[in-house]
Amino acid sequence: MAETAYWEAIRRAHDEEMARDKMVIAMGEDIGVAGGTYKATLGLYDKYGEDRVIDCPISENSYTGIGIGASMVGMRPIIEIMSINFALLALDTIVNAAAKIRYMSGGQLQCPIVMRTPGGTAHQLAAQHSARLARMFMSTSGLRVVTPRGPLDAYGMLKSAIRSNDPVIIIEHEQMYNLKEDIPEEEFFRSLEGAEVVREGTDITLIGYNYSVHLCLEAAKRLEADGISAEVVDLRALKPIDRETIRESVEKTHNVLVAEEDEAPVGVGSEIITGIIEDCFFALDSQPVRIHAADVPVPYNAKLEKAAIPHADDVYQGALKVLGKI
Amino acid sequence: MKDADKKRLLREMIFFRRFEDRCFEAYMERKIGGFLHLYSGQEAVATGVLDMARTGQGEKNDYVITGYRDHIHAIKTGAPAREVMAELFGKETGSSKGRGGSMHIFDASQNFMGGYALVGQPFPLAAGLAMGAKHKGTDQIAICFLGDGANNQGTFHETLNMASVWNLPVLFVCENNGYAIGTHIDRSTAQPEQYKRVDTAYNIKSSQHDGMNIETVLKEAKKAIDYVRKEQKPYFIEFMTYRFRGHSMSDAKGYRTRDEELEWEQRDPIKNFSKNLIKEGLITEQDIKAMEKEIDDEIENDIIKFAEESPEPKVEELTRYVLDDNPDPRWVGPLQK
Ligand SMILES: Cc1ncc(C[n+]2csc(CCOP(=O)(O)OP(=O)(O)O)c2C)c(N)n1
Ligand SMILES: [Mg+2]
Repeated sequence: MAETAYWEAIRRAHDEEMARDKMVIAMGEDIGVAGGTYKATLGLYDKYGEDRVIDCPISENSYTGIGIGASMVGMRPIIEIMSINFALLALDTIVNAAAKIRYMSGGQLQCPIVMRTPGGTAHQLAAQHSARLARMFMSTSGLRVVTPRGPLDAYGMLKSAIRSNDPVIIIEHEQMYNLKEDIPEEEFFRSLEGAEVVREGTDITLIGYNYSVHLCLEAAKRLEADGISAEVVDLRALKPIDRETIRESVEKTHNVLVAEEDEAPVGVGSEIITGIIEDCFFALDSQPVRIHAADVPVPYNAKLEKAAIPHADDVYQGALKVLGKI
Repeated sequence: MKDADKKRLLREMIFFRRFEDRCFEAYMERKIGGFLHLYSGQEAVATGVLDMARTGQGEKNDYVITGYRDHIHAIKTGAPAREVMAELFGKETGSSKGRGGSMHIFDASQNFMGGYALVGQPFPLAAGLAMGAKHKGTDQIAICFLGDGANNQGTFHETLNMASVWNLPVLFVCENNGYAIGTHIDRSTAQPEQYKRVDTAYNIKSSQHDGMNIETVLKEAKKAIDYVRKEQKPYFIEFMTYRFRGHSMSDAKGYRTRDEELEWEQRDPIKNFSKNLIKEGLITEQDIKAMEKEIDDEIENDIIKFAEESPEPKVEELTRYVLDDNPDPRWVGPLQK
């Protein structure tokens, strides 16, 4: 085992896959000479050269499209989009092309691209640098969407994503790149599907993904001090969603809360709770609760920003509400 | 140029440099958060171009729009410097009421139509502002400042084409500082001479000039602005310049050499203009020292003080400005069921 930061885990996955397969390339803005905004490709430009670690101009739609085209003829591009906000410029090529080409061609073609991008708020980055948008990608047929919560998944899921024959969107988080965890030194893979119980409990299920898993874990610790045993489920993949793991947990705890950093309308929480109602409505002892961001563009002012996005305390309070303790 | 104007312009540029230096300090003191992109080195471009634009007349001003490196463009267009600083401090008295921050300074009362974080986003917006002005029959023009890197965005090419076909009065000002964050222009752009990318391709007149010399900028900007206003056609003007600080407060460094930096520092628009004015006998070293002192006092005792002492927005007003307070302001008759 080796203590590894989230960014180092991503870098290691790039490095191993690029060493193994010449068809694997990295593309993105400032990823080459500069080593990447999040250091995800640090040193790889020197190691693999400019034809495989490609510094792109600020042309998101077109370089993502170029990556998609290359993937149709056997390349394995890993595309870094500096912020999920900028991924909106590439939505046409992702949603109208990558997600549909396999289907439209009756299975003749495929687009095995990986698009990595951080979503979420950091500190006062304001309205145009704080989008989360997970819900936008999870509503598109033909994509896989995964949300690694830590270095283990950041490495293992990227490895799997590179080898997957589908377009995979990996949503990272501005605030997680320096998060550390011990991970095996031998090569390993993590599935692109399946939720995971990351903390066992009996009284309530707290469901999160990406950064919000950490809010759930923190809230669970506080609930424990109150004598409440919370189970925490990390969705890991937003597309497809693992309804079975959710159902099992809800049938055990009978109470549920979903924590998302996105705004609520048509969001992850809406989707998960609808699934619970369809799958195990009668297992519920209480009304489910969603913890989510306020329905506003993210403000610059630090106090307003804090009020606009969910925190561990909101999850904690929400859980008490579900359980009728407040 | 009148002597008084020369002295005024020198003072303005020194003010802009000191303003940005003070922002740097305030960021270190954690008074400013988020992303902060400073304009030091490029002062002559915004100062010169906007001095030739129509400003200071409120709603009659020309429209100005730019990216995230926007403080100086906002101030020179007419946004009060203390409100810009208050915005950086996240205060209710800020240009955008503390909601926007450094990258999103707006002052609609002066037709400063905003700073935008998404590279390339302002191009079509600028053409739209020009279309509005033309439609309303005013003789305002739109001025769009953006970097060299932005010209690789699809919006650049699409907008230039439409602005040309539709004869829109918009001046595109390319501030070519050679880099998009840490990527040198030669590594991202097939034709690094930006002005050459538009003339034959989009049938738009264009030219390239020294952006480190305020007198050149003034002269060339005047010609370009007069052309746009009179001919009701777009123009593309490129100024060669350099940013003296990092891309933002977090900067990878190492992507450019110290020699290159020193070479450009020799061309510092403020130092050189000062030297010229001293040579012409318009001003002395001591006058400049006194000017700097006066500016620093103004920044500290007025601008920073105002920003410090202003209230923050109220948390209860979190959802204010998301939508119009009036659910349907245009509805005049009874609502139909
Ligand atoms: C659509 C989009 N892609 C990427 C970015 C990240 N980014 C911010 S500034 C910048 C470089 C822009 O360079 P240039 O246009 O030359 O302006 P300069 O910063 O040099 O003034 C990049 C890539 C962004 N803000 N928006
Ligand atoms: Mg530039």
